Amino acid sequence: MSDPILQVRNLSKNFGAVQALNDVSFDVGRGEVVALAGDNGAGKTTLIKAVSGVYRPSAGEILLNGQPMSFDSPQDARDKGIETIYQDLALADNLSIGANIFLGREPMTRRFGIPVLDRKKMAAAARETMAMLDFHVSRLDAPVSNFSGGQRQAVAIGRAVFWDAKVLIMDEPTAALGVPEQRKVIELIHNLKAQGRGVIFISHNLQDIFAVSDRIVVLRRGVMAGERRIAETTHDEVVKLMIGG
Amino acid sequence: MTSSPTHVSPPADHGIGRQTLLQRIASLRAWLFLLALVVIFETWARLDFGGTFVGNSYNIQSILIFAVAPLLLATGQTFVIITGGIDLSLGFIMGLAAVVSAHVINWATPGMGMGFAVILGLLSGVLVAGVPGLVNGLMVARLKVPPFIGTLGMFGVCRGVAFLVADGTTVAVRGNDLFREIGNGRLFGVPWLVIITAVVVLFMHYLLGQTKFGQHNYAIGANEQAARRAGINVRRHLTWLYVLSAFCAGLSGVLYTARFSAGAAQAGEPLLLDCVAAVVIGGASLFGGSGTILGTVAGALVIAVIQYGLVFVNVAPFWQFISVGIVIIISVLIDQAQRRFAGGRVSE
Repeated sequence: MSDPILQVRNLSKNFGAVQALNDVSFDVGRGEVVALAGDNGAGKTTLIKAVSGVYRPSAGEILLNGQPMSFDSPQDARDKGIETIYQDLALADNLSIGANIFLGREPMTRRFGIPVLDRKKMAAAARETMAMLDFHVSRLDAPVSNFSGGQRQAVAIGRAVFWDAKVLIMDEPTAALGVPEQRKVIELIHNLKAQGRGVIFISHNLQDIFAVSDRIVVLRRGVMAGERRIAETTHDEVVKLMIGG
Repeated sequence: MTSSPTHVSPPADHGIGRQTLLQRIASLRAWLFLLALVVIFETWARLDFGGTFVGNSYNIQSILIFAVAPLLLATGQTFVIITGGIDLSLGFIMGLAAVVSAHVINWATPGMGMGFAVILGLLSGVLVAGVPGLVNGLMVARLKVPPFIGTLGMFGVCRGVAFLVADGTTVAVRGNDLFREIGNGRLFGVPWLVIITAVVVLFMHYLLGQTKFGQHNYAIGANEQAARRAGINVRRHLTWLYVLSAFCAGLSGVLYTARFSAGAAQAGEPLLLDCVAAVVIGGASLFGGSGTILGTVAGALVIAVIQYGLVFVNVAPFWQFISVGIVIIISVLIDQAQRRFAGGRVSE
């Protein structure tokens, strides 16, 4: 965990007179999971939208592998290695795992000289990626609507992994899932950690945060309320930071 | 919430075997309908007057020719419906193309000869159809007009323009035997109309199933947000989508003019809803996200067989409406049952 993958330096964002984010700084190291906590309106969403290219910061900078970055769009951020996994699952339910992984960048091949979709390549990538995440599915051609919430979450994460995301931002990844599936997603995050990727994990669930994170960054009304190593803090302290006092 | 309670269990793809059988039947339902109808009419013909329905090549040809126009409209409509849209203007786009191509061929034949006139007529019909298609696409993609309303407006506009261009009557095509041959001639016994339609339908099948355009079409229908996040240019796709479906209607209009040697503004009027029905019977969902060209082919044939078959067995033609209506309802019920079984979203 020597050199951080992602460095956020003195980031501020205001919408007109409203200061949504004020001078926030934190790092994400290689193989590190950083939890982002805070009450509603604390600025978590603004922060990740700034990091993932949705908003342009008003001040401050974002460094990826030591290089200062400015993102024109979420697409641009993704191309540079920052992928956001949305809680409402950005998948096309009627397509296969492979087709979802390659959505928007479909591989082509030729059959009898006619360009056609390379479904073999898509299926192979799907098998490989899902195995890497320790999810085993036998029906690779089935539409993802056939799979459970946790499996679909894994597909969304798998897509990011396949395209070699360096930093994954996960917004409430366990919110819509049942308990066994939540556990599976926590395992997935451990898996990403082991692969040396950086993860920013946003959750309301302190249990999950303590189960998976290395560090926690707490925001309150747009400013940093504190930053703690998970091993050196408690639920109570985090709650105190969140609500102030 | 998308996960049903039955799904929250170990991460294995359980239950898929059971679903696939039902899903497979559901996806083939249009062909099963078709088979059932053929059997019914064959039995009827034998018992009632000792004739044969399928054994008669004249019947087969008539049904195929009958199916050409609704099928061409329905292939374009399939693409639109998969994205969750609908194009109500196709019938009168077809009429507009029919009238315009008739005028152009009449104008070009004396000076340029039959061959050039036919090419010019074809191009003008298809390109003219592209104009309302482009407007439809821009309305839906850029101005966020609901497709139902936007294309309903275009339905009226095209209807009016087509009748104005035709001067309120039909436009007879004179002196072009080549054009008449395309509309009525045969190659090795197969009508040219059927051959041309088959080529277009095959191309559309390829476009939907084997290209990025087709893949994006399905993705947009299932989750427009996801498609946009994946970097697909949804606006551009939707714009071209409506142009594509209008091109199909335009070709259909030109073929109509060739067949009857006259262009009529009302050429596609009875097909307005038939083409939607063919797509739905063919297995597409009006909520978007599903549908195939092969299913639509079966859907269009189901309608053609019902309409022709009832006439063949001497039933009052009004029964056509009832029969097609019942088939649509059964088809939607199968679709709903299949979705509920698959644990997917039936409706939103």
